[in-house]
Amino acid sequence: MSRRLRDGGVPAPLLVPAAVAVAFLVLPLVGLVVRAPWSEIGPQLAREQVGEALRLSLVSATAATALSLVLGVPLAWVLARSRIRGRAVLRALVTVPLVLPPVVGGVALFLVLGRTGLLGGPLYEHLGVSIPFTTTAVVIAETFVAMPFLVISVEGALRAADARFEDAAATLGANRWTTFRRVTLPLVAPGIAAGAVLCWARALGEFGATITFAGNFPGTTQTMPLAVYLALQSDPEAAIALSLVLLGVSLATLLLLRDRWLGRAAA
Amino acid sequence: MVALLLAGCGGPAAGADRTLTVFAAASLTDVFTDLGEQLEADDPGLDVRFTFAGSSALATQLAQGAPADVFAPANEQQMAVVADAGLLAGEPAVVAANVLEIAVPAGNPGDVTGLADFADPELTLAVCAREVPCGAAAEDVFAAAGITARPDTEEEDVRAALTKVQLGEVDAALVYATDVRAAGPDVEGIAFPEADGAVNEYPIGVLADAPAPEAARAFVDLVRSPAGRQALADAGFRTP
Repeated sequence: MSRRLRDGGVPAPLLVPAAVAVAFLVLPLVGLVVRAPWSEIGPQLAREQVGEALRLSLVSATAATALSLVLGVPLAWVLARSRIRGRAVLRALVTVPLVLPPVVGGVALFLVLGRTGLLGGPLYEHLGVSIPFTTTAVVIAETFVAMPFLVISVEGALRAADARFEDAAATLGANRWTTFRRVTLPLVAPGIAAGAVLCWARALGEFGATITFAGNFPGTTQTMPLAVYLALQSDPEAAIALSLVLLGVSLATLLLLRDRWLGRAAA
Repeated sequence: MVALLLAGCGGPAAGADRTLTVFAAASLTDVFTDLGEQLEADDPGLDVRFTFAGSSALATQLAQGAPADVFAPANEQQMAVVADAGLLAGEPAVVAANVLEIAVPAGNPGDVTGLADFADPELTLAVCAREVPCGAAAEDVFAAAGITARPDTEEEDVRAALTKVQLGEVDAALVYATDVRAAGPDVEGIAFPEADGAVNEYPIGVLADAPAPEAARAFVDLVRSPAGRQALADAGFRTP
């Protein structure tokens, strides 16, 4: 990094609140690490239910991210590039889950996809398919909450990207789909990667919508955040141990991917 | 750390010397609010304040020094926590008991008739997670009845299980009788004989450091009076 000149020049009025902000965000994590019953983490991880919850968390967060990529990237393109009417309203609507309390999201999912829901009702009556309390419901709940993070990131990247490359491709005879695939996508790939990681991390931590819409059953719908919450009711030490595992997984992922982007961006 | 967090959100505001502070289990909310208003009406100038929460959270707050006059948890264990810490004045008295009941959506779409239906894999069923009291009680009744339950979800608290019934998303859930009563017309209750195997008893006691010990005793007396017992019975509690 070539920031050496600027390093000494942080104005004091910024430095103090910035330091307080760092302490505020990092100290709770330090508290978790300090209070962690380290000797218990091995046995905790070895418990079948914990292994199941961790596996389910990783699988469902990854599935939710994949689903968000397939649906969210096109949506981001529509928001950033198309000239359809009501785009501002559309953008506000699709980002509502960002600010909606996740429990409310869970209830809303019930009202649409539940056994008596708008779509779920006919689905259950005619095909006997019931979505709540299944792993599918976990993925749906996580996608609902996490996809807006991806959409926002990708839309931002698209807006920042130089549209002249796309214009040039069009001038050279590429149709819109080809332009999207060969020019736009590579152009905003780092933005998509950033959005995907954010989306994955949010899905991994999802609690409210999951416990409401998908319920809590070991092996089927109990993800790590749910396991942590329930452990807290009866065994706080176990909850701390599980929290630490989740913190470790999240941190490792973010660091790992961060290095990869930085490497690519620097090159 | 957890204890500190919990302690931080409780505690009555200091103020008038005629304030009675009652820490009570969330399931007592409706009954105790009514009784508190009754006491205020009988004793003008008295301000009755409640903190309703999970019993273990309340016990933790008391252990951390939260000032209160009366403690009424939903089970004997949490009262024992407070008594063992030397925070109780005298012996607590059991004033109510709660038993489990099967809650089904109005019309009983799953044709649930009794506890044995919880072993039916065809039905969509909710129980409480074993980490919370209603889940522990559910485990007890299943064990006593020799039933291997096949629930679809283990809910984080009794109200969450009830919500799934209200929404019609499960065919049945195992909740407290008082919750069925509180849920209104969307939910029907089915009592079952095995419920007697897991009765939750609600003790009430005056705290040793009560700032208003006389008002505290008056409240406990009111809860134990015929009017108090009637109010508890109306809410679906069993009374001794």
